[in-house]
Amino acid sequence: MSDLTKLTIAEARDGLKASKFSARELTAAHITAMESAKGLNAFITETLEKAVEGATRSDDRLAKGEAGNMEGIPIAVKDLFCTKGTLTTAASHILDGFTPEYESTVTANLWAEGAVMLGKANLDEFAMGSSNETSYYGNVVNPWRRTTDDQPLVPGGSSGGSATSVAANIAMGATGTDTGGSIRQPAAFTGIVGMKPTYGRCSRWGTVAFASSLDQAGTMTRTVRDTAIMLEAMAGFDPKDGTSVDMEVPNFEAALTGDIRGLKVGIPKEYRLDGMSEEIATLWEQGVDWLKSAGAEIVEISLPHTKYALPAYYIIAPAEASSNLARYDGVRYGLRVEGENLDDMYSRTRGEGFGEEVQRRIMIGTYALSAGYYDAYYLKAQKVRARIAEDFKEAYKLVDTILTPTAPSAAFAFGEKGDDPLEMYLNDVFTVPASLAGLPGISIPAGLSSDGLPLGLQLLGRPFDEETVIRTAGVLEEAANFTAKPTTWWRA
Amino acid sequence: MAKVANLARIRVEEKDLDSLANELNAILGWVEQLGEVDTENVAPMTSVADMQHRWRADEITDGGYQQDVIANAPSDEEGFFAVPKVIE
Repeated sequence: MSDLTKLTIAEARDGLKASKFSARELTAAHITAMESAKGLNAFITETLEKAVEGATRSDDRLAKGEAGNMEGIPIAVKDLFCTKGTLTTAASHILDGFTPEYESTVTANLWAEGAVMLGKANLDEFAMGSSNETSYYGNVVNPWRRTTDDQPLVPGGSSGGSATSVAANIAMGATGTDTGGSIRQPAAFTGIVGMKPTYGRCSRWGTVAFASSLDQAGTMTRTVRDTAIMLEAMAGFDPKDGTSVDMEVPNFEAALTGDIRGLKVGIPKEYRLDGMSEEIATLWEQGVDWLKSAGAEIVEISLPHTKYALPAYYIIAPAEASSNLARYDGVRYGLRVEGENLDDMYSRTRGEGFGEEVQRRIMIGTYALSAGYYDAYYLKAQKVRARIAEDFKEAYKLVDTILTPTAPSAAFAFGEKGDDPLEMYLNDVFTVPASLAGLPGISIPAGLSSDGLPLGLQLLGRPFDEETVIRTAGVLEEAANFTAKPTTWWRA
Repeated sequence: MAKVANLARIRVEEKDLDSLANELNAILGWVEQLGEVDTENVAPMTSVADMQHRWRADEITDGGYQQDVIANAPSDEEGFFAVPKVIE
């Protein structure tokens, strides 16, 4: 039998239905891949028994003709989604031993469609980071290496374990969450497809909260078609999430018509940053040419407040985080460090339980929300955010979708950007604006850097118009024909 | 800095306060550029999607599983979360 881990979700779905192999065989192949890739540290918790049980159930349902849209497909779940009876850590010491008594809506939707859980994927602590270097459970390693040296590289973040598991063919797909780029940037760094749908498309219920007005679950897969299949399975209205939108979930796979003739694609001039790397600029131009050849009309647009997106984000996200993370106090779950009194117990628990970056963001947020500073920081940032959203609204009067690079560079080495938090924040310069505006976005692998690392292009869409984004991404994917794979150096 | 750390209920070692203050000041200094944006007559963004908030019936739809609620508590007594003594 050929290597089942090389299949796409769509191919596996067809193979399972045609009984070419069983769900148990498919899962077993991925468990073997997982065992040979421990050095990548993609998982915090492996759930092999659950995976085999799930695959067995899938085989039964397949035999009865009751297969769901993700039936028998082994996936990784970012360890930010609560999974009933399975340790859920958010990659933080402060959630030591936390075993939820409930299941997140997104994962419940996936299990209802037959998906099989391989394990809980590593991430930046509380999804705060762009390199997966802030996890209490250690760094995740990118399966890609430069052709020029053997230095281990970051997978991007915060959904680093999800990205690595998909790029290294350990999982066929993975859930991610994207607050400022946490799906799209690691997808670009690892040469896979990552999609953040419109804010409100996937329920936030049961997902550990970072910044509630920005957090959105999404998919990480190896093809655009797989993204369409998986997103459809995850999405949907959920009355348990107050900002979940009551809207029919379209058949996203049907959006892949391959026809973008007459589509208007915007190229925002503000994304041409000073000092943008030659490679990224060339790739972007290449993307423009591909879409033009497919019959799209290219329109230069302006998003004048782009430059202010990052500073606004780094007030809004920490402010929401400082409030969301107030719940970790050593009383209801996770770590408790005893102190002289109740307040001392809180401070010691949080001082020991949260890592450096999380502490930094909570304190920035606390400061921005504190009496006397609220107007100057938080309110101002929310007003700037309104202007950024308005920029997009104006742009979408002229165009149907927007094409940009996903990240300003390829993957970098560990420690390379560790010293200055601001330098790290710049990784999200192209992804944050759409997060602030709540728009859908996808990153697709489009080329290689001169030292052999994947680079991504990003497409953004109108609110709830994932279909246009997916359709255009499908065309871009075909034109880019990205077939490069990392060498499997991690297999001992 | 000590005040912010206290508000956030995060214990920071005395010796780390200065370097942390420097980091936060650098971030806040960078954020100052938001002042360049004209936000006169701009309402702060409070809702991401253009949507009406939903109403729901005021009825109890959940509950009755005290053991599940305290299952992850570091310390509990008789079905309640237990904390250090607050009133002397």
